[in-house]
Amino acid sequence: MFSYAFMRYAFLASTFIAITCGVVGVYVVARNFSFLAHTLSEIGFAGAAFAVFAGIQPLWGMLIFTLLGALGVGELSKRTDQKESSISAVSALFIGLGVLFLAISGSNSRYATSILFGSIIGVDRQGVTQLIVLSIVVLAITAAIVHPLNFDSFDHIGAAAHHINSAWIGVVFLLLMAMSVSIGSQVVGSLLVFILLTLPASTAQYLGRTIGSMIIWSVSLALIGVWAGLYLGYLTNLPVTFFISIIEVAIYLGVYLTHLARK
Amino acid sequence: MEDILTVSNLTMHFENKDLFDDLSFSLPEGSMTALLGANGTGKTTMVNILLGMQTPTNGSVKFAKGAKVGYVPQFRNIDEDYPLSIRSFIELNAPFFKRRSKHIRRHINHILKDTNLTKIQNTRMGEASGGQKQRAYLAQALLDHPDIIILDEATASLDPMAKEELMTLIQHLNHKHKMTVFFVTHDIPLAKKYMKNYLLLKNKSVQFGKIEDLQEEAIG
Ligand SMILES: Nc1ncnc2c1ncn2[C@@H]1O[C@H](COP(=O)(O)OP(=O)(O)OP(=O)(O)O)[C@@H](O)[C@H]1O
Ligand SMILES: [Mg+2]
Repeated sequence: MFSYAFMRYAFLASTFIAITCGVVGVYVVARNFSFLAHTLSEIGFAGAAFAVFAGIQPLWGMLIFTLLGALGVGELSKRTDQKESSISAVSALFIGLGVLFLAISGSNSRYATSILFGSIIGVDRQGVTQLIVLSIVVLAITAAIVHPLNFDSFDHIGAAAHHINSAWIGVVFLLLMAMSVSIGSQVVGSLLVFILLTLPASTAQYLGRTIGSMIIWSVSLALIGVWAGLYLGYLTNLPVTFFISIIEVAIYLGVYLTHLARK
Repeated sequence: MEDILTVSNLTMHFENKDLFDDLSFSLPEGSMTALLGANGTGKTTMVNILLGMQTPTNGSVKFAKGAKVGYVPQFRNIDEDYPLSIRSFIELNAPFFKRRSKHIRRHINHILKDTNLTKIQNTRMGEASGGQKQRAYLAQALLDHPDIIILDEATASLDPMAKEELMTLIQHLNHKHKMTVFFVTHDIPLAKKYMKNYLLLKNKSVQFGKIEDLQEEAIG
């Protein structure tokens, strides 16, 4: 399998992406941002469609849209009491835009499929480099703000009592989430990127009792999912995304049911 | 004895409500004071002003030079699914990359012992009892090496046993570590049993005195 360059690239890129999404996911879940992960991935879909229309790389279109979208959504949720419905409105707007961009760019449905469902098998050497660099940027920023991010995500009130600037942490975290959504979409597609950002971390909440152990569980489960997914995809020629999602869902359900049974 | 906190001419007005006018008082080092008052008289707002989290309409708040302040807020959002252990929750207040250092670990172990949490330090916060959670909140604040500790309604949701346990612990901090205690409550019997002085917020002003002189029905 590794004698094919495209499989080596796919494994390498997926490994970094799984680590990044596994780490960021722990905070997505702790901050109750799962819903926002969906919205950002829909904004990312519109960005990728726009990129196809404008003739640039989908990854850049996604990054631009999700970063701007993250700032917009952050601003919006500060100003309104009806967070969920206003965020739904934003999602609807961007999905609509995505459909429009795809239609007017006259591209074939192959593009739409790869944006929505992922296309890691097709990633080239340059693509791998971009994804790895972006992953490292996300991880480095996370490490730089880890103390206030931990405190604010796991004890918002205690953090405020210690004069931690949670508005600022909130904005930086939304940007980290936007980048994670953009790179995660390259593996599993924008429709299912929330899987990598929420399921391993949700499972990790049942398995770990410290932030460190939750991160280790979350990253390990994300890695198991993408590695096994790529391998099974290679063996069967079925979509990698399909395998990743059933693996993550199966692990989540298994752990959750064990947890219920023990209660 | 020197004062650790001096409040002068403190006034707080909201757009639609005047909370209090021209309050002045001070807390001596090592004292134990209850801040009493009915619901909505402005106890939490006062604490927020002391901590610099809200700006008063007028007046000043001065802590003694170098005094460190510990604070246990009135509300916390810890639900039953909350994943972190008691120890990890306390450690949120320690620098992430230094919390494995010998010095900080020893400090945390010491605080766990003081707050009687050593045995259950690996229990999840979400599964801890109300009293255990409240002691963990206090332990997290103790990590700041405070000279004065401000507790906002720390006993409000506790059963009588847990109340006594927490108050004994607070008394111990005052005796052993000479920590000044500022204890917000509307439980007069409890304040009478454990505190030495009182501040009573009423009719937009403040009364000050020895706790044994306080009338049981003073709040109403
Ligand atoms: N930012 C604000 N703007 C307007 N009114 C406010 C604001 N903050 C607090 N209040 C009002 O000031 C009053 C005092 O609130 P505070 O929380 O300080 O009372 P409290 O004495 O701590 O009450 P409790 O015993 O219920 O904890 C309340 O009526 C509250 O509605
Ligand atoms: Mg209050």
